This record gives sequence, structure tokens and C-alpha cells, in this order.
Amino acid sequence: MSILIDQNTRLLVQGITGREGQFHTARMLEYGTNVVGGVTPGKGGLTVHGVPVFDTVAEAVRATGANASVLFVPPRLTLDAIFEALAAGLKTVISIAEGVPVKDMLQVYHYTKNLPDVHVIGPNSFGVISPGKAKAGFMAHEIYSQGPVGLMSRSATNSYETVLGLTRRGIGQSTCVGVGGDTIPGTSFVDLLPLFEADEQTKAVVLIGEIGGADEEIAAEYIKNHMTKPVVAYIAGRNAPKGKKMGHAGAIVGASGVGSAQSKIEALAAAGAYIAESPDHIGELLEKILS
Amino acid sequence: MRLYEYMGKDLFRTYGIPVPQGVVATSPAAAELANMKPPVVLKAQILSGKRGKGGGILFASTPQEIKAAAERLLSAPINGYRVNKVLIEERLDIARELYLAITVNRSLQAPVILASAQGGMDIEEVPAEAILTRPLEVAIGLPSYAAREVASFLALPSELKPEFAALLQNLYRLFREKDAELVEINPLVITTNGQLVAADAKVIIDDDALFRHPELVRVEEVSEAEAKARQYDLAYVELDGDIGVLANGAGITMATLDTLQYYGGRARNFLDIGGGASVEKVAAALEIIFASRPKALFVNIFGGITRCDDVATALVEVKKRHGLPVPVVIRMVGTNEEEGVRILRANGLDAYTRMEEAAQKVVEIAENAA
Repeated sequence: MSILIDQNTRLLVQGITGREGQFHTARMLEYGTNVVGGVTPGKGGLTVHGVPVFDTVAEAVRATGANASVLFVPPRLTLDAIFEALAAGLKTVISIAEGVPVKDMLQVYHYTKNLPDVHVIGPNSFGVISPGKAKAGFMAHEIYSQGPVGLMSRSATNSYETVLGLTRRGIGQSTCVGVGGDTIPGTSFVDLLPLFEADEQTKAVVLIGEIGGADEEIAAEYIKNHMTKPVVAYIAGRNAPKGKKMGHAGAIVGASGVGSAQSKIEALAAAGAYIAESPDHIGELLEKILS
Repeated sequence: MRLYEYMGKDLFRTYGIPVPQGVVATSPAAAELANMKPPVVLKAQILSGKRGKGGGILFASTPQEIKAAAERLLSAPINGYRVNKVLIEERLDIARELYLAITVNRSLQAPVILASAQGGMDIEEVPAEAILTRPLEVAIGLPSYAAREVASFLALPSELKPEFAALLQNLYRLFREKDAELVEINPLVITTNGQLVAADAKVIIDDDALFRHPELVRVEEVSEAEAKARQYDLAYVELDGDIGVLANGAGITMATLDTLQYYGGRARNFLDIGGGASVEKVAAALEIIFASRPKALFVNIFGGITRCDDVATALVEVKKRHGLPVPVVIRMVGTNEEEGVRILRANGLDAYTRMEEAAQKVVEIAENAA
């Protein structure tokens, strides 16, 4: 088991003929992911690393039976690409692009919020990986190993840092999900918690949050009321000044202090989550929790 | 991108939102010739709140006073910002001041209307129970009944309600069509003769959506360091500590700041070189950091798309060209780690593997330099 993607995933790559699309298609294939097709309007009939390219997602799904899609599509084309994937019946759609307008993601969020089996992951995400089974994204897959920890993170680098620490300690992962660093993510922590709770392989969950918004506080509510599996949380940005974007579009503490690391840490601790002081500390805590 | 008040008001005018009569002047002489009938108010056009307290808003009752006030505003920085333009407006006779805004609420993942009968002051200072927060459905937009509800919350006289509803709907149209993050009217004035007028305008446009708004004039008001960082596509924020920080990835850069603080140090800056940084980009980042005169530099690289050998080469390049003005502590793991460390060692530098260890070391160095 694992969540969102696994050995049965038949993956489509939207934007497969672009530079990033081509490069990461090769890397995903190298990892053993079943990449069944690609889409670039006007490039139908080509192949990329042996993968057939189609003009539309609908055609690609009909021809290949694809059941998930990863988007290596520029930010300004992302809204259209997501809706095309959803219209073709895909339920898992993963967007990598950084710089998608907020208005576009609001539209996606409001379209999908009452569709519980649809998961739009990202944008501004490293993707999703279920170690040993499938990878849809750009993460350095060499550091992952299969095991009991489900991980979700707003930051790619903090998730790498954490995974490296876990793998070095011999603790593998069930699925690692990049929820992304934007203001309006298609899928938030609170949407993923029930999936990890229901997943047999997952024995503990890691939540890597950061300043900005209230997704961590909302997740804390859910942890308190519904999670039986232990949750370890790390929040980056304790020292961020107010009103400044710290690299990610969504990483900003409001003028009144809304979205501060302190508020998130307090909420998560009160909900019974273990609080890590640094990414490396996550591994230390999990070593004790899982033994 | 935040717009200047006068630009926001130009947008308001286009969208049928009433604003005071006004003219923009770039010199005292132009202000005098602007042909504005006193009494007027002169407002420094800067991207900073608390303009009034900073001396950026002046009143004038004669043409001579207009010229003198413009001279004052244009001659010295206000709240640290240079003033290039002054907005001269008719002075309103104010009966009531309201607060009205539309923004995106992240926890509700929806646009929201914010309204309060206590306008004219910083909204952060208004008690929460005096502010109405009304979320909107993207698919529905802002229906008239919602606008009427807001009007009732503000206890507007019934003869003003239709006018207010139209104003609010126009504001929402502007918010959507221009990809705004925030449109704020504070204060929204009711004049003594019962007119609604937007006395101020704060409009922030989503940077990521600027590509579809060629019609909007680009506003740039950044420090030299920020301008250079932008040129090289570096995410840079100046802070008040004494340890320079260069890292890759927004998350790890924040984590680096936190780890420094954990060991008793303070960062001079946030600088994320992003993924796949070239030698040139890293060299520019180092230049920006060194110009801010830190006591030590902490380089924290987790190579993914960014390659350790590229960062090492850049460090060595800068060292050869200009020397390194302060002690440098490097932590480097990930893609091409071995090659990166080899390059560093061949040039009299070294690297740690664990972030914690390296952070402790750099904090110690900065303390001893004090």
C-alpha cells in the first residue's frame, strides 16, 4: 500500500516534450514508474524516451488507460492543463510549476472541493513518490527507501533533508507528497491525513509546514479528533519577519502575526503531535516512536 | 506588486468607484500650477503605511501653501522612502469613515469581503468583533444580496445602500479582473452631503499574474540589494542579525535561520539561490551578502537540482577574485557532494555534512568576532 500513486499507476506526463518534461520523464522511467504517455498540443505522434505523445489528454487516456498525470507545464498554462486532465477523468493530477496565479488556483480549488476522490497536488510541488513503486515529480529519488513513514511537506528541500535522515537511520517511507509552497494549494495537509490514516503501510506521519496561512492549524484540528497514528511535525520560519515572503509565495507572516510558526507549533503540540526542532530531529523522534 | 495610491485611484475611477478630484505633481512648481482649488490635501506617493504619522500628508488652504507643502514632501524621505510624486486632492468634509476591502483568505481558500464601521485607522488596531469577514463563492461572485448584507452591517442609511452595493460590486469586479491580492479602501468616506468617496486606495496585484496585465504600469520600489537579487532571480530578504546565509530552497533557508537562532545566532539575511544555481548566480549572491557586512557567512547546500560542485566552484572563484572578507562555514551534501568538497579542500576551504554542527560553528565564529 501507499497513497495517491503506486505500482498500478499508469502515469501521463503533460508537457512531456519540454526540456524539464523530457529530462524528468527519463528519471521517472529510470525509477521504474509506469509512464504510459505524454501530452503536448501539436506534438502528437512523437515519442519521448519511447513514450508516445498525444495532442490531448482525452486521446492519451483513451489510448493508454492512464489514471494519473504529472504536469511539467509552465505556470501560465497550468490552469488549462489541470482542467483538461480533470475533464478526461483523471483523479490524481500533480502540478510542479512555480508561479501559478492565485486566481487560477482558487478556481481549481472551488471546482474540486466537493469531489472527494479528486486530488490536485501542488502547484509549486516536488511531486509525489511512493518509494520502490512509482515517482511523479522531480525529487532526487536516490535518497528514498520503502517503509512505514508517510510524509507531506510544503518545501522540497526540507523534505529531502528529512528523508535523508530517515533513510540513514533505516526508516523507510510509504509515500512522500509535496503539497507545495503556494498560497492556495490544490490539496492541503488536512486532505492527506485521512489517506495516511487509512493506509496500511503507513505507521506514522510527518508534517513539514512553514509560516503562512492556517493549513497547519486546520491539520491540528483533524489530528486531535481523528488520527490514531502518531504525527511528527516540523515548522520552518520561526525567525521570519512579518510581511516578507520567504522564498515561497505562501510563506509569509501577516502584519498582525497571522500565520506565524509559533501559532502552528502550539496548535500541533496541543493536538498531540510530536514537535521536531529541525528536519534532522524528525528522524530522531521517529526512531523512538516506531521502536 | 503594490500600486501607488494615485494608480489605485485611477483604477477605481475606471471601475466607477467614486474618488476625490485630484492631480499628481512631481515638482512644487507643477503643484502650484495644478489649478486645484484650496482647501486641498497633499499626499506623498510612497508604498508605506502610516504616512500620516510620518509627515507624508499635509493640508493647504492657499496656492502658496500648496507649493510650500509640495516642496516639503518632495525634499526629504518619508518613512525611509524617497518621494517622487505628490497627489493633490480636494479636501473632503467627512461625516463618517468606513473600512472596506476584498482579499483572499487562505484558511477559507476563498475571496473575502472585510468591512468595518471603524475606518480611518490601521485595520490591525480594530477589534475583531468590529470587522465583518464575509467569504465569497468563486462560482457565484458577489451577488447584490451579499452587498446589501454588508451595507446593513455598516449601518448605512437606506438611501446610501444601493450606491454602496454598486461600489462594492465594482470593487469585486476590479479585484477579479486585475488579479488583485488586495483591494482596500481605508477610509471609505461618507461626506457631510451624503456622498460615498474612496479617500484612499491600496491595491496589490498578484505578481504571478502580471503576465496577463500588460496594461498595468510596473511599480518598482526596492533597495539596491533587492534589485540585484531580482536581476539574478534570487529570493532575498534583509534581516537584522550578523550571520550571512546562502542556501538553496525556500524551506531549507528558513530552517537554516531557525537552526542558527536555536544555537544563539542571528541571520543577517534570507537568501535562497533556488534550484540549479549557476556559478554566476552564486557569485552574485555572495556579493549581495558581503555588501551587507555580516561577521561570518554560512553556506548551507542540499544538492538536488543544484550541484555542490557548482557552488564550490563559485565560492572558490569569488575567493580568488576578491578574497573572502569574513570567515565562511560551509555545509554541503547531495548531488556531486564529493566533487564539491574536493574543490573546496584544494582551495583552503572545507565543508561539514550535518547542518547542526556547521550552524554551531558559525555562531561561535560570529560571537568571537563581536
